[in-house]
Amino acid sequence: MADIPLLELRGVKKHFAAVEVLRGVDMTVYPGKVTALVGDNGAGKTTLIKCLAGIYGLDGGAIFWEGKEVNIPNPKAASALGIEFVYQDLALANNLDIVQNMFLGRERMSGPFLNEESMEDLARETLAGLNVTTIKSIRQQVSSLSGGQRQSVAVAKAVMWNSKLVVLDEPTAALGVAQTAQVLALVRRLADRGLGVIIISHNLEDVLKVADSIAVLRLGVLVAQPDKTDVSSRELVELITVGRSGTRFPGIAATPAADAANAV
Amino acid sequence: MTDSNPAPQATGSGPAPIPAIVPATGNFSDYFANWLARVRAGDTGALPVIAGLIIIAVIFQSLNGNFLTPGNLVNLMVQGAVYMLFSLGMIFILLLGEIDLSIGFIGGVAGVVMALLTFGNDAYPWYVGVGAGLLCGAAIGFINGIIITAIGLPSFIVTLAGLLAWNGVMLIILGNGGTIPINDQMIVNLANGLLTPTAGWIVGAILVVLICGDMILSYRRRKHATEPVSVLVLKVAGIVVAGIVVIALCNIDRGRGAISIQGVPWVLLIVFGFAWLWTTILKRTKFGVYVYAIGGNAEAARRAGISVNRIRVTVFTIAGFMGGVAGIIYASRLRSVSTNLDGGTLVLYCIAAAVIGGTSLFGGRGRAISAILGGLVIASIDNGMGLLGLSAAARYVVTGIVLVIAVTIDALASRGRASSGLG
Repeated sequence: MADIPLLELRGVKKHFAAVEVLRGVDMTVYPGKVTALVGDNGAGKTTLIKCLAGIYGLDGGAIFWEGKEVNIPNPKAASALGIEFVYQDLALANNLDIVQNMFLGRERMSGPFLNEESMEDLARETLAGLNVTTIKSIRQQVSSLSGGQRQSVAVAKAVMWNSKLVVLDEPTAALGVAQTAQVLALVRRLADRGLGVIIISHNLEDVLKVADSIAVLRLGVLVAQPDKTDVSSRELVELITVGRSGTRFPGIAATPAADAANAV
Repeated sequence: MTDSNPAPQATGSGPAPIPAIVPATGNFSDYFANWLARVRAGDTGALPVIAGLIIIAVIFQSLNGNFLTPGNLVNLMVQGAVYMLFSLGMIFILLLGEIDLSIGFIGGVAGVVMALLTFGNDAYPWYVGVGAGLLCGAAIGFINGIIITAIGLPSFIVTLAGLLAWNGVMLIILGNGGTIPINDQMIVNLANGLLTPTAGWIVGAILVVLICGDMILSYRRRKHATEPVSVLVLKVAGIVVAGIVVIALCNIDRGRGAISIQGVPWVLLIVFGFAWLWTTILKRTKFGVYVYAIGGNAEAARRAGISVNRIRVTVFTIAGFMGGVAGIIYASRLRSVSTNLDGGTLVLYCIAAAVIGGTSLFGGRGRAISAILGGLVIASIDNGMGLLGLSAAARYVVTGIVLVIAVTIDALASRGRASSGLG
């Protein structure tokens, strides 16, 4: 089971006009593992995720889903595969309550009217399944929740639809210490339930706490994807900034032009 | 879509259950304490506007003993009906965070079209006139919505242009200084007709049974109680009492001398019917949730796969339709349409009614009932100052002051909500 990656990217390329943003990215994500995606600003993390979400088309390379090559031409295709995204700005409506947000666009109906009871049940079940217990009422408006609770609701919304891979973009960026711990624990639980998780983060401390494997992106190339146990934070910093670290991580030779561009 | 997540049972640790509502059941005093806490935190609901109505009633009654007579109260509700109907349409627009300045003259055009079709020797029957008027209203709203969404123009500008253009269209149809009288008895009755006292009691009883029955049935359908039974009983009792009071009030003979005037005005039933219809649509359908979602976070709605533009166009069409309804009732009350119709003032009054009733100008917050409460406030001021013999100028000043007070209360309350995290 764990031998077949849930998701595998091979030589993924993307350019905007003359600018090559992704120059052949290889990356693997296993079910039940948290894969962190790290890299400096402009490394291509967001572009890579948008390719996965079906927002951008690929200019080269291939995406394999559970061993089979797939096309993700639009966001619907991504949800159909079972990939859900939790974006940085959360995409929750503050004036709606938790149930309304979790079912937004996919409401359960009985006749012409909303089936509130059935939606409340599933929302409660999903949150309880993720051990989110700090929420007083699922009929609370989202504006009354703390940042960590909102993040939990956004994650619960993503996993409620039988998703197999959850992609989180900077889930702890705006949170305090306690709430960060709460969200990281939630991320861990997702993986323990057998889902694949990709987490994008600038915070190496968080990454080392929660990730099983760490994919380092630099100038549109994946320079290394070591296991957490196999890499120190000093080595990670070197990989992120210069693309190699000692003899263990020789990196992938970036083109001289790109290095020159980076030096400027 | 109905896929449920199989995973939750995988967690064995049995986390604390999350209640649906705070408090999930509990007794009456818990519920009351909770409600009080929410009011203190700024979630005031309809309280300020009800308090405002009481203050207005006390002031006018002490200045002129005629204010609280049954005849004047019924008169006041009928006067408010036009504002309430306009405002019911406007609330949908405000919930999206948009505005429709043209709604007054949409009503004007609808009224003129109706009057024209039902006037003269070759007059069409009343329902053709009313139907055509409503269709015109909805069509104008639809055009507004299409221009705003397809070209991406701000609703303020598009409907400002509409305010001018439809005023012009109305004047062109009427001709210079023209007036068209309304002779069709059915149309006159829309705003002026009365039910017989017996019919009033029967209709009242049917409505109370329908509302309370719906409340009790949906309460029993739910496994997780949303409120204690005692609160449900209180609400039902409140509705029964309110129904009896309103019908009894309308059935008191308010005529002077030999002429007897009594009975429930038809227009109250029309207002009530639309308020109930739009409340149901906003609270219990997908469409309603989407309107709130777009007003709260349009980007989230778009990402959730909601066709934001289609909802926007639908909302502008609903507003146009309600503008048509209000315009027809307005024409019916005056028994004529004329070039004197001031669509600009009507728009400002109906926005004021919505905001005084508790609907936010910034989208995402408000209820259909705000139109009724706000409309009552505006009609009370108009009516009370009329009784005191004050000029229209003085009424504008007072209405303006009340609007500022209402917005201030709302702003202070939302500050309370923000600091207490109640949203």
